[in-house]
Amino acid sequence: MTKYTEEHEWLDEEDGVVTVGITEHAAEQLGDIVFIELPEMGATVSKGDQVATIESVKAASDILAPLDGEIVEINETIVDNPALVNEDPTGEGWFFRIKIEDPSALDEFMDADAYAELIG
Amino acid sequence: MSAPDEAGTLLQTPLAGLHAELGGKMVGFAGYALPVQYPAGVLKEHLHCRASAALFDVSHMGQIVLEGAEAAEALESLVPVDVLGLKPGRQRYAMFTNADGGILDDLMVANLGERLFLVVNAACKAADFAHLQAHLGQAAQWLPDRALIALQGPKAGAALARHAPGVTALRFMDVAEMTIAGADCIVSRSGYTGEDGFEISVPAGAAEALARALIGEPEVEPAGLGARDSLRLEAGLCLYGSDIDTTTSPVEANLAWAIQKVRRRGGAREGGFPGAERILRELETGPARLRVGLKPEGRAPVRAHAPLFDREDAAEAVGAVTSGGFAPSLGAPVAMGYLPAAMAENDTRIFAELRGRRVPMRVCPMPFHPTSYKRN
Repeated sequence: MTKYTEEHEWLDEEDGVVTVGITEHAAEQLGDIVFIELPEMGATVSKGDQVATIESVKAASDILAPLDGEIVEINETIVDNPALVNEDPTGEGWFFRIKIEDPSALDEFMDADAYAELIG
Repeated sequence: MSAPDEAGTLLQTPLAGLHAELGGKMVGFAGYALPVQYPAGVLKEHLHCRASAALFDVSHMGQIVLEGAEAAEALESLVPVDVLGLKPGRQRYAMFTNADGGILDDLMVANLGERLFLVVNAACKAADFAHLQAHLGQAAQWLPDRALIALQGPKAGAALARHAPGVTALRFMDVAEMTIAGADCIVSRSGYTGEDGFEISVPAGAAEALARALIGEPEVEPAGLGARDSLRLEAGLCLYGSDIDTTTSPVEANLAWAIQKVRRRGGAREGGFPGAERILRELETGPARLRVGLKPEGRAPVRAHAPLFDREDAAEAVGAVTSGGFAPSLGAPVAMGYLPAAMAENDTRIFAELRGRRVPMRVCPMPFHPTSYKRN
């Protein structure tokens, strides 16, 4: 089940690996995305670390690590084509995959209904 | 800019209803609710302006008239610009300076024959008006109940000419009073995008009909503040409050071109404006620092307030970025900022601090995108 953070990231967990991207709401709010910086492969990150940067024509935004873990995959496609995040934020516009120790760490995050309520 | 949810407490322009209908995303800007973008988005709006024509609501800007035979001479006491030599039907760029030679605001001055017409920045307009009245008295008056519509882009002339055939005769920085769709307008062939285009001062009550008529033309799409900012950045034009302010002199700001010979040392009307001592000295001996164009070597935009360093490992900043972002027409980031004059030469390599790292940038000429003003 997809989970959501208050920072407008979506999290999809499978076998202890969590795919992270930004929500459609976030992509729409950011506007045209023109530059993305992703974390290093293999980096060990702690929850709340600034791990990626998104620049839209309007402003820069940080992506924070939602969980403790290790970056095991990054989506180079969006670095070459940042507009993909606007076009398909919850699919091909994913950001990175993070390997976590304890899948129950996802329990604290919102489900789709709670997130829908957050963004009104 | 403040958050969109503050838009309710802000002043509305005469085009507020049209913005809502067009799906404008409203934000607070200088006390007004204005669209930062429409559903097309900043990128498309920007590129449409460069390729065709875009309509901007700039009604927040201040429109002031100066009446009387003495107005031009009196205005010269506030700006380092040749106003007496400005011919009827012509407009020119100017700036109000303070006693320290800093810039209080930048503005456009047009000679309408019987009177001067000034367009000033929204955020400064109350202070500008008070400043003018303090020096010119009742000769300075608001042009009441007006909207200001900018139509910009290579096809702006063709689109506007269908409603106002008279605009075809205008050249860059010409200004004329004419009737458009029954309304008394003041039209100048100028703008803030680097493109050919027009700014149309129109009575508030006729503004929406005119804007609708123009948007109805096949070449024209609406564009918001976001595109206006990226367009002016590519054109190398200053944003007051970011690139110029009370601490920057016109010479430091690389605006010496706006100070005509007649107001310089040895000119017939040398000096006689606030801050003349510093400004005239800087014109002769050069300023300590200069506003320059900057291109980041990578793809990451470097934005306003990023400190600039002469070496990758330098401890002390030598300047700062004042505007910066992604340039849609270039597909790359651009910026402008201040550097010591000795480092202002084109191709000088400097470093900006970005998220704790030093990013190389090169000084480069402006505009970043070639202008296409209709000069003849």
